[in-house]
Amino acid sequence: MTTDRIVGIDLGTTNSLVAFMQGESPVVIPGEDGLNLVPSVVALDERDQIIVGNAARKYLIETPERAVYSIKRLMGRGLEDIQEELQLFPFRLAQDLQAGEVLRITLGEKTFTPPEISAFILRQLKRNAERFFNAPVTKAVITVPAYFNDAQRQATKDAGRIAGLEVLRLVNEPTAAALAYGLDKKQNGIVAVYDLGGGTFDVSILKLHDGIFEVMATNGDTHLGGDDIDNLLIKIAIDDVLGDANLDVSRNSEVVATIRKAVIDAKIALSSQSATELDIELPQGKRYQREITREQFELLIQPIIDRTVGPCKQALKDASLKPQQIDELVLVGGSTRIPKVRALVAELFQRKPHTDLNPDEVVALGAAVQANILGGGSEATENMLLLDVTPLSLGIEVAGGVTDKIILRNSTIPASATQYYTTQIDGQANVAIHVLQGEREMAKDCRSLARFDLKGIPPMTAGMARIEVKFLIDANGILHVSAREQRSGKESEIEVQPSYGLTDDQVESMILDSFDFAEEDFRQRQVIEARNEAETILAALEKGKKSPAWGQLTSDEKKKIAKLEKALIRAKGEDDHSAIRKAIDVLNQGTMRLAELMMDTAVSTALKGKTMDEADMGEGSETGHPVARADFE
Amino acid sequence: MDLFMTIESNTTSSLANPAEATASCWSCGTMRAVHFCSSCGKVQPPRPVDYFTFFGLPRKLNLDSAQLEREFYELSRKLHPDLSARADKREQEWSLEQSSLLNDAYRTLKDAIKRTEYLLRLEGVELEEQSKAATEKARATGEIKKQVVPPDLLEEVFELNMQLEELRAQKKLGEDDPALIEEIGKQKLELEMKYESLSEELKKYWSEWDRLPDDATEESRRKVRDKMVDLLNRRSYIRNLVRDINEVVVN
Repeated sequence: MTTDRIVGIDLGTTNSLVAFMQGESPVVIPGEDGLNLVPSVVALDERDQIIVGNAARKYLIETPERAVYSIKRLMGRGLEDIQEELQLFPFRLAQDLQAGEVLRITLGEKTFTPPEISAFILRQLKRNAERFFNAPVTKAVITVPAYFNDAQRQATKDAGRIAGLEVLRLVNEPTAAALAYGLDKKQNGIVAVYDLGGGTFDVSILKLHDGIFEVMATNGDTHLGGDDIDNLLIKIAIDDVLGDANLDVSRNSEVVATIRKAVIDAKIALSSQSATELDIELPQGKRYQREITREQFELLIQPIIDRTVGPCKQALKDASLKPQQIDELVLVGGSTRIPKVRALVAELFQRKPHTDLNPDEVVALGAAVQANILGGGSEATENMLLLDVTPLSLGIEVAGGVTDKIILRNSTIPASATQYYTTQIDGQANVAIHVLQGEREMAKDCRSLARFDLKGIPPMTAGMARIEVKFLIDANGILHVSAREQRSGKESEIEVQPSYGLTDDQVESMILDSFDFAEEDFRQRQVIEARNEAETILAALEKGKKSPAWGQLTSDEKKKIAKLEKALIRAKGEDDHSAIRKAIDVLNQGTMRLAELMMDTAVSTALKGKTMDEADMGEGSETGHPVARADFE
Repeated sequence: MDLFMTIESNTTSSLANPAEATASCWSCGTMRAVHFCSSCGKVQPPRPVDYFTFFGLPRKLNLDSAQLEREFYELSRKLHPDLSARADKREQEWSLEQSSLLNDAYRTLKDAIKRTEYLLRLEGVELEEQSKAATEKARATGEIKKQVVPPDLLEEVFELNMQLEELRAQKKLGEDDPALIEEIGKQKLELEMKYESLSEELKKYWSEWDRLPDDATEESRRKVRDKMVDLLNRRSYIRNLVRDINEVVVN
């Protein structure tokens, strides 16, 4: 019994995937629809049921106010961080949202935080894996953009917990890609990974050395990706429609959603064609028709893709490397399918990129490799070890609002730094510390990770206390802070509360809420299964009525069966699975004699006591349960 | 509002007795290596040691960086948290601490300048650039990154600052004088050459330090230390000047 099955999950802006290590190689686990990609779309249907993935996509167009996509852009962020996002994306924030509070998104009449919405996606992936293994899955490695800050990482970890997954490790996406890629190659050298996804851009430079994957430098932009291209095209189309048809559709969310779908299709088409047609139905019987050539498209997107150049150059500089020193170049993310992007990268690194692995799947495959390593490894991953870095410098605010950097970016993690503090007033019991992340000189320009107080300092004269504060970034890139007053030896552990994060209590209550959903899911499934079983027995009964055995029953028996049949049909229409099961049982009992009569006399003795559905050996009697009931923990 | 003040910078202060290779493993009880058990491979509880001791190195400044890298990879394969993901919580904690110590030590020692600064701090020297008190005082008075000008550079620096000031003023008006830019460019080149020669000179003192016998007098040790401190200060001063030039010329 392998209870320790650890899966690798790529929780993407546009699509999410789950993979695991099957023998020597990682494979993606498909969903029930047979597809590897689960679109990162979450919708609330009219019955307030959560729908995820392909099934949720139609809600984006039909009931956009009940659906959400690209939620990853809001992970670990605050209201003031996302003003730009709100201009470009149809995120519906809760009306009563207060400044400084964790964001909440409205779906129908309900509101959810970004980690909860991500958790719905994770739970779908978990379910897909459980269906695949026919066993519970509780442990996972989840990938994050390398350039994610502490708050964004913490939010991802919270999402995992809410989904009922123990997140053993957060792995940086480009690093995961390098793992998947390096698995077959097993060679030494310098690898650059260029990862342009739906909403995030990362570049990482790694040194491969006998199975050790040492990240030398990483850089990126957590708000740059295919989404930006889509938004630009949508804006142009809306402007065109206003100019040509004199129709302002910018506030019509259904039309905008239709335009969005059309421009995405056009974008994809232009990766393989030199021109494509936009043809969109508009209100008032109007149409928007336009041809876009690849040339025009490339001109339009140039400013967006040019934004990846700076981070690439910085990463090279931080790794002290010239482009010629890069041995291999790996492309990751759907947006790297765009020929113009490929050309740009090839020029930047003066090298033809590798494209042999599917850019949509390579990150999840790498996560599966890391999951295997954490699970104790196998022959395929023997000697493989990932040494990743922190993408951003960690600092604390000192006098004058200046950031004092204590762990520099691109430091191999785990990494730590120790600072010493003292009191300034006699008997001072608290010392306030402001932790920052970022490269800028002034504290106000860096990301505020947390403010916390060192409390309970024993009374001493000013300057006597000597408080040792240890900052430690773990292998997930998440910060831990501990403090100790050295004179009294008093230890006080401090959990860093991200400035825009959920508290532990909030996460706990969300886990409980999610059980409600899980239970709801489970209940739904039980109803469906019970109904299927009812269908089977009712069909068998129909068959029985046509058999000669039916004529051998007394009219009382027939009346009784008819009554029971009616009762089951009624129960089947309700949502109570136990009532359905009960009606099935009673009908089974009531039809036992019929079942016996139906049997060939030669074997009837052997079949004494058999029930209706068992006696019917025809098709449809099989009520297998291929779906593992694993969500119910 | 800051209620606090930093009184010391990032160093590992307490130096324990090096490599207690004879201690026994908490898990299997046999003889063990310093950071992990050579018999059962389990990570051992970390002890606070300085970075040289962590790698079992003497406090010397010339070191074989290829050897250091090999050692780093070797120890990573024993200490990294990925390898104890299935161990109990206590072992996971040890592995986290041990590998962060390993990474901190490697990061410091692999870079020759950081290595020199670290060794000097272990020797009790407060480097001017590292002296937070001085830096913070400068910052509090609005003079960010103020440093004491090395006397022999005074004249040059004065001249350069005048020119940079002039260029800044010109840029504000949307014009720039090509002759001035060329002049500043020349000075930048000179500074860069000086920087190189200071680095070369520093290397000389590394070897001098390493040649000191174990029983060298405090006087002779101090002489080498002071020279290195002086060179490091000039070096960082020039580096900041070049950065200032780049800022003005590029913007």
